Amino acid sequence: MTLYMKYLAIHLKSQMQYKVSFTLNAVGQFLIAFSVFISVFFMFSRFGSVADFTYNQVLLCFAIVLMAFAISECFFRGFDTFPSTISNGEFDRIMVRPRGIVFQVLASKIDLSRIGRLVQAVVVLIYAIPTSGVVWSPLKVITLVLMLLGGIAVFSSLFVVYAALCFFTIEGLEFMNIFTDGGREFGTYPLSIYGKEILKFFTFVVPLALFQYFPLLYLLGRTDNLLYMFAPLFSLLFSLPAYLLWRLGVKRYTSTGS
Amino acid sequence: MIAVHNLCKTFRVAKRNAGLKEAWKALFRREHEIVHALEDVSFTIEDGEMIGYIGPNGAGKSSTIKILSGILTPDSGTCIVNGRVPWKERRAHVSEIGVVFGQRSQLFWDVPVIDTFELLKEVYWIPERKYKSNLDRLVALLDLKDILRTPTRQLSLGQRMRCEIAASLLHSPKILFLDEPTIGLDATAKIAVREFIKTINREQKTTVILTTHDMQDIEALTERILLIGRGRILLDGTLSDLKERYSETKTVIIKYRGDHFLLPDGAKVVERINGHATVAVNVKEVSASAVISSIVNQVEVQDISVQDISLDKLVVELYKEFLI
Amino acid sequence: MKKYLSFFTIRFLNGLQYRAAAVAGMATQFAWGYMRIKMFLAFSKANPAAMPMEFDQLASYIWLQQAFLAFFAVWILDNEIFEEIRSGNVAYELCRPLDLYNLWFVKNLAMRLSRAVLRCFPILFIALVLPKPLSMSLPQSPASLILFLISLALGLFVSVAFCMVLYITTFFTLSPAGVRVMAISLVDFLSGGIIPLPMLPEKLLFFLELLPFASMTNTPLRVYSGHIAGTELAFSLGLQLLWLTVLVLLGRFMMKRALTRVVVQGG
Repeated sequence: MTLYMKYLAIHLKSQMQYKVSFTLNAVGQFLIAFSVFISVFFMFSRFGSVADFTYNQVLLCFAIVLMAFAISECFFRGFDTFPSTISNGEFDRIMVRPRGIVFQVLASKIDLSRIGRLVQAVVVLIYAIPTSGVVWSPLKVITLVLMLLGGIAVFSSLFVVYAALCFFTIEGLEFMNIFTDGGREFGTYPLSIYGKEILKFFTFVVPLALFQYFPLLYLLGRTDNLLYMFAPLFSLLFSLPAYLLWRLGVKRYTSTGS
Repeated sequence: MIAVHNLCKTFRVAKRNAGLKEAWKALFRREHEIVHALEDVSFTIEDGEMIGYIGPNGAGKSSTIKILSGILTPDSGTCIVNGRVPWKERRAHVSEIGVVFGQRSQLFWDVPVIDTFELLKEVYWIPERKYKSNLDRLVALLDLKDILRTPTRQLSLGQRMRCEIAASLLHSPKILFLDEPTIGLDATAKIAVREFIKTINREQKTTVILTTHDMQDIEALTERILLIGRGRILLDGTLSDLKERYSETKTVIIKYRGDHFLLPDGAKVVERINGHATVAVNVKEVSASAVISSIVNQVEVQDISVQDISLDKLVVELYKEFLI
Repeated sequence: MKKYLSFFTIRFLNGLQYRAAAVAGMATQFAWGYMRIKMFLAFSKANPAAMPMEFDQLASYIWLQQAFLAFFAVWILDNEIFEEIRSGNVAYELCRPLDLYNLWFVKNLAMRLSRAVLRCFPILFIALVLPKPLSMSLPQSPASLILFLISLALGLFVSVAFCMVLYITTFFTLSPAGVRVMAISLVDFLSGGIIPLPMLPEKLLFFLELLPFASMTNTPLRVYSGHIAGTELAFSLGLQLLWLTVLVLLGRFMMKRALTRVVVQGG
């Protein structure tokens, strides 16, 4: 743990050397997230509602997904930028140090400019909490926290999968964006609006719905089933196949060298 | 101690050809070729040895080093380093080795060098006292006192390399792998680095494996040379043996006053300008001293020097002989 | 001319090499198109009267946007060029007997074309055969197809001209990451990249359509679906031409200023 803190301190120090770049980056992040928010606003001002969800309810959903994504992106950036880590030999350096490989990849990059997105998410969340019509109770608060944790777990696992795939090929991996950036963008709205097949996919294959849609139903009081509240815990399971794929990837690297 | 027996390693590499037609074909099918990186490589290195590992590019040097570091697993053969199989006990193994990649730095770019050192202290679990004494020693030997607090990006190449080497030795590794450590350095820096490596080897009994194309590094540092070509160890011997075996030619350079002089068979003038003459002597036919006596008897000689074949030329001859 | 052509070819061929990237890109774009249409479908079901256009026109808009993404997407910037400016290697380019603006223009154009060529046909094909209401509709007449192609070409050139301005601002700021991120966020939205411009409120729309960003993406897409016609059509095409001229002149002017600065500073 202290080692991770030391890495964090160095990254902080490093990024503070480039205040202008950092600020521009953070502002840019904020603007991107803001334009998505504004789109939601305009869509609702034109249409009024979608699939039985109101504007404020959707904002709740949007804020959670954005927050989970921003946090994942910040801490798992090492996996997100893994192609360059392999190609510039940094991974060899990691292999030659006596610490866990996953730990080192995590510690290798911590992108604090993602705070731009995080701020946006927090602001929207603060607005949405009282206005979404949720009857808040301790259980509901726990649900919210679980949603966030589940979201961080799923997005982080997706980054790990992406990095693991880099061991097998460096081309054509941009399809993973469908689940990472896509997950964030499509997750702006409750996943049920895209139809039954999509919902099934995002429940059983890439479990975005397990931390976004089902707990949301519980929050909004549309179901009393506690299973829905604990759905995010199942989404944590997604990290298992992700980790296994990673181990497979490292094994391949040690046998083929690049 | 490093013991390597019958290491073999092959790679599959995708081929890419140029031109529009090829690019179009490549959209549908990729061709592969098999590269035999290592074939039956065997050698043993004792503790405290310094060896030079040479060979043309693509000969298998980096594959060997990767296997010895534990980054790569061979297809067959055995490799025991300090009683361990490198890739099987990665973390224990790498905590006893240091690696310097000549062209890739492990120092954090935007922060002072000392910050990276402090981080490495944590990474390698170096006890406070040992860290302090190692650091002081390295700072003294490599003259780092004034640059420790400078961000890496502001250092010159020579300064960076000295810090790089220090970083790799903080944890007192038993084996040091150096990959092109003096590339791009000016003369003073090169000498400093070489002196330092000799000292470390002498005082700490650190085994040093040097991979380089700079033959002066080899000459200054190592007695033993391993030559690898096309995946095979072609030579494992001392530098002096090599010179003796492969150099037929000594070069005699004289500064003289006078006109012509004749040379015995086996010697011929390579260059003659303004009272300086370079003579190539085939020592199998005539000794250098015989040639010198002959010249001295004909003209007034003011200065003489006798040189062995240059090491670079030697290596070229070696490559030619082994067809690599 | 021949010199530029060879640069074009090299860049184009380079782009073609990445077959796996092309397949992945297609999958990504298809997924985006599909999900977005589904989203609009859900909204239109909630309130059919609020739709600003027929649904099949909207579907065509979205699919075309994805198929020709490489033409419009401002965030597809040639990193090589940014690197050249940042590292100072641009000085080498100046030694060549070529006009730098034209060279970069041609390179960017080639990059976009090679990306689009690989991906647009499969996407268009699938978009046409999907079941209703997700599918794209065919153009209303040969005339509208031709007008679309003209508008598309103009949109492409406007995009590249805008990119040129972005590249050149790097001479002055030396922080491409910042420039890039700001550009992406604003331009994407303003050109209809996040939601089609017609979805936005009408008062806002009036101003947005005057900006160059609408001329990049929005105009050609609306021309195709027949959403605009007659005088409005002529006006929009004219606007595209206008912005193209303005941006190219701006770019060239900035380039001249930047290069004299480079020469004075010594890189």
